[in-house]
Amino acid sequence: MPFWTIVYALLFYAATALLVGGLAYRIRKYAKTPAPLKIPTTPAPVTQHGVVLRMFREVAFFESLFRSNKWIWIFGYLFHFGLFLVLARHLRYFTNPVWFWVDLIQPFGKYAAFFMAAGLLGLWARRFLVDRVRYISVLSDHLMLALLVAIAMTGMSMDYLSHTDIVSLKAFFLGLMYFDWQPLPEDPLLLVHLALVATLMIIFPISKLLHAPGVFFSPTRNQIDNPRAEPGLRPHDSRHIAPWAAELDKTT
Amino acid sequence: VADFEIPQLKEYPIIPKIHEGVMAHSKPFVAKAEFQEQLGFPGELIDNWQQVAIEKMGELSGKYRSLQVFLDACVKCGACTDKCHYYLGTSDPKNMPVARQDLYRKVYRRYYTFAGKYFPKLVGATDLTREVLDDWYSYFHQCSQCRRCSVFCPYGIDTAEISMAAREVMDAVGVGQKYCNEIIGKVYKIGNNLGLPEPALADTLEGLEEDIEEDTGVAVKLPLDQKGADVLLITPSADFFAEPHVDGLMGYAKVFHEAGISWTLSSYASEAANFGMFIGSYENMRKLSLRIREAALELGAKRIIFGECGHAWRVAYSFLNTLAGPFDFLDPNYPVPQHILEFTYDLIQRGAITLDKSANDDMVLTFHDSCNVARASRMGPMPGGQFVIPREVIKASCNHFYDMPQDTIHDATFCCGGGGGLLTDDLMELRVKGALPRMEALKYVVENYGVTHMAAICAICKSQFSKVLPYYGFRMDSIVSVHQLVSNAIVLGSKQ
Repeated sequence: MPFWTIVYALLFYAATALLVGGLAYRIRKYAKTPAPLKIPTTPAPVTQHGVVLRMFREVAFFESLFRSNKWIWIFGYLFHFGLFLVLARHLRYFTNPVWFWVDLIQPFGKYAAFFMAAGLLGLWARRFLVDRVRYISVLSDHLMLALLVAIAMTGMSMDYLSHTDIVSLKAFFLGLMYFDWQPLPEDPLLLVHLALVATLMIIFPISKLLHAPGVFFSPTRNQIDNPRAEPGLRPHDSRHIAPWAAELDKTT
Repeated sequence: VADFEIPQLKEYPIIPKIHEGVMAHSKPFVAKAEFQEQLGFPGELIDNWQQVAIEKMGELSGKYRSLQVFLDACVKCGACTDKCHYYLGTSDPKNMPVARQDLYRKVYRRYYTFAGKYFPKLVGATDLTREVLDDWYSYFHQCSQCRRCSVFCPYGIDTAEISMAAREVMDAVGVGQKYCNEIIGKVYKIGNNLGLPEPALADTLEGLEEDIEEDTGVAVKLPLDQKGADVLLITPSADFFAEPHVDGLMGYAKVFHEAGISWTLSSYASEAANFGMFIGSYENMRKLSLRIREAALELGAKRIIFGECGHAWRVAYSFLNTLAGPFDFLDPNYPVPQHILEFTYDLIQRGAITLDKSANDDMVLTFHDSCNVARASRMGPMPGGQFVIPREVIKASCNHFYDMPQDTIHDATFCCGGGGGLLTDDLMELRVKGALPRMEALKYVVENYGVTHMAAICAICKSQFSKVLPYYGFRMDSIVSVHQLVSNAIVLGSKQ
């Protein structure tokens, strides 16, 4: 097996393990930490169904951000929706035969990279141009954007400037998945692109990228507004209480 | 005369450029040892405070999912940076919600995250030094826990949760705030924030009964510790004597009188406000809440109704059942607790009370949504009822009502500037500056609609505005209670 193939094969196994393991650890932590008090930001839904809708609007449309700041919303949405299409398009390198819907979005996925990059550059510009955002930005905030921009740029270069051997690339990843290693094309652009992606996967569970799983556990957004005893919403013999808080009742 | 610059009211709200450190000097008085110890906290800064503080931070992230998620999830997008009234009024960047959180987050990162442990500079993590603690004391007492930032955060990060945690950590190492901790001590000892003992309270209520009778000719009662009354009314102790609060209390009494429902106040639980929330202490919040349960049991009440008070209503509506429930001994046909506005609104809907709107014709009114009512509670069965019900009661009581601009009301409302344990004279500069966004919105309706009075439903808002309005050229008495309007308008004896 060629040297770079071995390096990248091991790198992606490690990155995947850290991403999945790290995220599982964080998610488990969020899930197991109690929410002792009802703190939904009101007005909040009074039913589970309503909470699911609220969360959907938050995740799919960035509802709160839209109310908050149109510039951040536009750039953030361009980036995230672009990233979503780009990621979906990349599924073609991991599926054989390629799923029907992945084929369907292929053309959109290709142009989505431009939206993604535009969004990232817009967000990055704000970190320099808006004094308030400049004040709250630290080195890692800039590096995170640099990493994502570099991933987008190297990816787009392979699409629009210098094509890489995607047939061999697909063989490489399918080989990784089925433990039947195939050689990785040694195109410098591709090697850089993949190394950056692996870096992103590794830092995901130890960085602010935790906002992705975190939003689902945010008590101000995922709680039902039914704290008080109230006809039709909560019986008078029921209450929302965390295990550690229930312990207090036993001692006094 | 103020020894600081009073902000100018502008035609259009402007987001100020940042001015670093301009509010670093603002700090409330530190609690004395006796008051700290009363609440189970060390009397003064302990020797191994760093170690204890760091351990406490770990304990709190393990007890509160909100804290754990909020510390991890922030991406520093900047959406919250122009949402805090204290930032808008002071331009100190540490009053931007994200920067305030970062005072805590940078320490959390240093001791509890991989990146902060091994690459502190990269992620802006810092050791917990004396300077950091001083910054905490200053800026976590420049947050009124109003939750406006949490409305606009894409992840719902609520700075209130973080400032509560920071205050709890500071209490755990012996650096508590005088105003909050003394007041909590008074409730334990006497029953209310003002330290008004039973005889004085009875006397005050008697005086109010005389006032009402003199004014209206009707003998409206304000009963105290009356066993067997249907309703136990829990109201902020400011309602017993402060202006315009007391006019609201007389309004409640008249409404109960007209409804023909027996009710009582309790001298043991003569306080609705629960300052345990301000200092982030579940245990103190619980102990204060249990007094209400005990009073309800002792008096044999069937319902609990809360008077006009913002943070109190949050603790009552959102936390009381958790802290002091279950309330299976109360009438299951009514929510526990209920807000006095829900009660009055229901009577109006059913035509059970008569209101003469013209009694308030000397006023043109607007309404200030209290932050904790707006963003941390509800009234009535529908989400958003906390905006509708107070306005409907006001409109039923007067002929002239205009709302302030959309981005300053409902869940986008601005805090009065004195909430969250900051309503103390040692923070006057902060209070005046923090009121700026509300004052600008008020100015708009004063100039465009001739508004003369602003109604509020929170004891803190009422006290804060009474004090701060004159700084901006408004009359001190242009703040009124909602039930003061009801009190003026209600036609006594119309249903007998």
